[in-house]
Amino acid sequence: MKAIEGVALSKSFGGVVALRRASFAADGGEVHALVGENGAGKSTLIKLLSGLYPPDSGEIRVNDATVHFARPQDALVSGIGTVFQELTLLPFMTVAENLMLGREPRSGPFIDRRKLITAAHELFDDAGISGIEPLELVGNLPLAQQQIVEIVKAVSRKPRIIFMDEPTSALAEHSVDWLFGVIKRLRAEGACIVFTSHRWNEIKGIADRITVFRNGEWVATSQAAELSEGDAVERMTGQRLDVLFPKPAPVTDQTQRLTVEGVTAKKLPAISFGARAGEVLGIGGLAGQGQRELFLTLFGVNPHTAGTVRVDGAAAHLRTPQEAIRAGIALIPEDRKTEGLLLPLSVRQNLALAVLKRVSRNGFVRRAAEDALVGSMVTSLAIKTPNPGQRVGALSGGNQQKVLIGRWLLTDARVLLLYDITRGVDVGTKRDIYLLIRRLSEEGRTILLYSTDTEEIAHLCHRVLIMREGRIVSELQHDLTPEAIVAAAIRVPVAS
Amino acid sequence: MARLRLRYYAVQNVPLLLSLGLFVAMVILYIILFALKQSRLPGAFELLTTVNNTLSVGLSAIGQTFVVLTGGIDLSVGGIVDVTNSVAARYMGDSPGSIALVSLATLAVGAFAGLTNGLLVVYGRLQPIIVTLATLAIWEGIALLVLPQQGGSIPPALTAILAGTLPFLTWLPNSVIIAVLLVAGWQLLRSTPFLTGVYAIGNDERAARANGISVARAKLGAYTLAGTCAGAAGLYFAAANTSGDATSGTPFTLTSIAAVVLGGVSLFGGRGSAIGSLAGAFILTLLLNVLFFAGVNTQLQEFFQGLFLILAVVASTLVRRSLQRAR
Repeated sequence: MKAIEGVALSKSFGGVVALRRASFAADGGEVHALVGENGAGKSTLIKLLSGLYPPDSGEIRVNDATVHFARPQDALVSGIGTVFQELTLLPFMTVAENLMLGREPRSGPFIDRRKLITAAHELFDDAGISGIEPLELVGNLPLAQQQIVEIVKAVSRKPRIIFMDEPTSALAEHSVDWLFGVIKRLRAEGACIVFTSHRWNEIKGIADRITVFRNGEWVATSQAAELSEGDAVERMTGQRLDVLFPKPAPVTDQTQRLTVEGVTAKKLPAISFGARAGEVLGIGGLAGQGQRELFLTLFGVNPHTAGTVRVDGAAAHLRTPQEAIRAGIALIPEDRKTEGLLLPLSVRQNLALAVLKRVSRNGFVRRAAEDALVGSMVTSLAIKTPNPGQRVGALSGGNQQKVLIGRWLLTDARVLLLYDITRGVDVGTKRDIYLLIRRLSEEGRTILLYSTDTEEIAHLCHRVLIMREGRIVSELQHDLTPEAIVAAAIRVPVAS
Repeated sequence: MARLRLRYYAVQNVPLLLSLGLFVAMVILYIILFALKQSRLPGAFELLTTVNNTLSVGLSAIGQTFVVLTGGIDLSVGGIVDVTNSVAARYMGDSPGSIALVSLATLAVGAFAGLTNGLLVVYGRLQPIIVTLATLAIWEGIALLVLPQQGGSIPPALTAILAGTLPFLTWLPNSVIIAVLLVAGWQLLRSTPFLTGVYAIGNDERAARANGISVARAKLGAYTLAGTCAGAAGLYFAAANTSGDATSGTPFTLTSIAAVVLGGVSLFGGRGSAIGSLAGAFILTLLLNVLFFAGVNTQLQEFFQGLFLILAVVASTLVRRSLQRAR
């Protein structure tokens, strides 16, 4: 009998396919690991099986009986507990209220606060946790303790099936040991535990079986003992055609363009590296290892408390994005809608936004100059728009991204920070964007590239830095392959 | 244990404590100015009028609190006060049966209006601000149909009960007793699973849902209670003024929001207490009295009210930030 089973589950979000006819099954008394790259569909699968939202098609079975989860409550009642990756804690409520939400001890119609606190203490005692005060607001706890509260909350409901999405990413090492103790106890009691992790040694240490997902599809399920790290990485990355990728242009200029020295900021404990003019530098590593913070810090969104950033030898003040732009640094984010483009405005207005001064005289925009500039950009980027007056919001995602890239092409930005810019973009447009990246680097601009698609980093970059916990842990320069990059990202830190 | 709980409670309810502190400060300021102007201390009559003048706004502010806690806002409060005020003044006869029946009917009208808001927000998936902006206008219109000319009548018995004093305790206004009962009722409600759910969805609707909280039930309840409170405010307003007016309730929308803000309730939802909102309503009334005794031109009242609101919110934010830094 299978404890939990998903059959041919599909789910799309606004045209982006997250899960494509994916099937998955796990038994009672087993620890089942789900592995795959970012965006492989692991989290979506867990959310469907936890009733967070319904599948577009496909079937969910619990103990071989078909179920329909209209809301998370239905899954809870069916004995499914979930530790979500984006925690489901309520920041302005106490730890005790969070732990006992929906099942508070009552006296009559009222919640018995005294018993509530006692119950919270008991849950922590049972789980072997000390040092978290039930009366504290959850929002005041450090992330690691919040993660523990989330785990204790899910486990304390005594679920028969428990999903844990990246439960260890926020935990310190001794807490990971604690969690594995909890998981082993649950397994001994016959529960089914499904968890995801990007750390191979953790997976090997606890999983009975491993299922690999790629691109929203199921790839394979195997006994943990029979799957090597190399095979797993190969299955995770797959054998995709690389004809799509243009070769990076050779770096001829040896000028050091970007210098980052000991920059310390949120999630970045003193980071240092450099990049040459015309170089495409990949920033790799698992998701959430400080790449986003690095980009935001270099663009002046996150403040840095120490260290210096130099562009062509000149120290850059990066307290606001305006200062970053003045220093020649531009950021193209993954979320075009909220972080860059003004959707209700036209292609023309969006393209010219960063160079308005150049096309203006006496405070008025000169339309002729603007049109000339915008027209050349639309042609050279092959932006598919009926005319430059078209609303950007009406364009496809890929063309929106081109408009955003075009905006910075018009400026003299010398350092471009490209953060996962091809997410949700169709294949044809991706190719255009790859060619653009090559063109930008040929013009001598320095490019920092982060992508959730390891393939892109492998093929577009001259050099790749691997980040872990806000630090650069390794550098890859030759034989850049997705396998090598993923392997470097999940490798256990040596002697640290 | 009790001391530990108290300490955490204090740290976690700084905005509420600040608003209670402001309330006390306003009371002291009022007494000083009153004494200077009148050469005597305010007495039972001043207590009666002040609390009577505040309770309508206080009731609507308590109602507003429920909706704000869910992360929404209820602009229709003023319209509901208008219509319930008109219903009470137009239909209430002198017999005890009629008084009871029409009083209950005003509460029912309020509850119905609130439930309608809730249904539109929950099942219509509309923005609370748009839904309640529309229903505000609708109820304002209906109020004018019910009571085209101001007037109507409120039986003296009801006014005596709601806005008078007990015969044997003439220094203690009944409105004070009502206010105390409202505070006690809120504290009781605060420890129900229902209100915990309201706080939970105000904290993070997605997370609350993942914890098995019914978002629909919490929101419908919050909007219905808000409407009921607005209905009670309309009834009380009619009783205190011994007549009705189909437009006099409209300002309650903004004053209830001002009271909620002064009471330290977060407009983002999930944080705050209706006790603070009630204190906020008292602060607004006392401010008017203080301005009066300070000899401020009545035409400038609203100017100073606005100024005061901004100053109070800025000051409260500054105090909270410095406390956070000190921790």
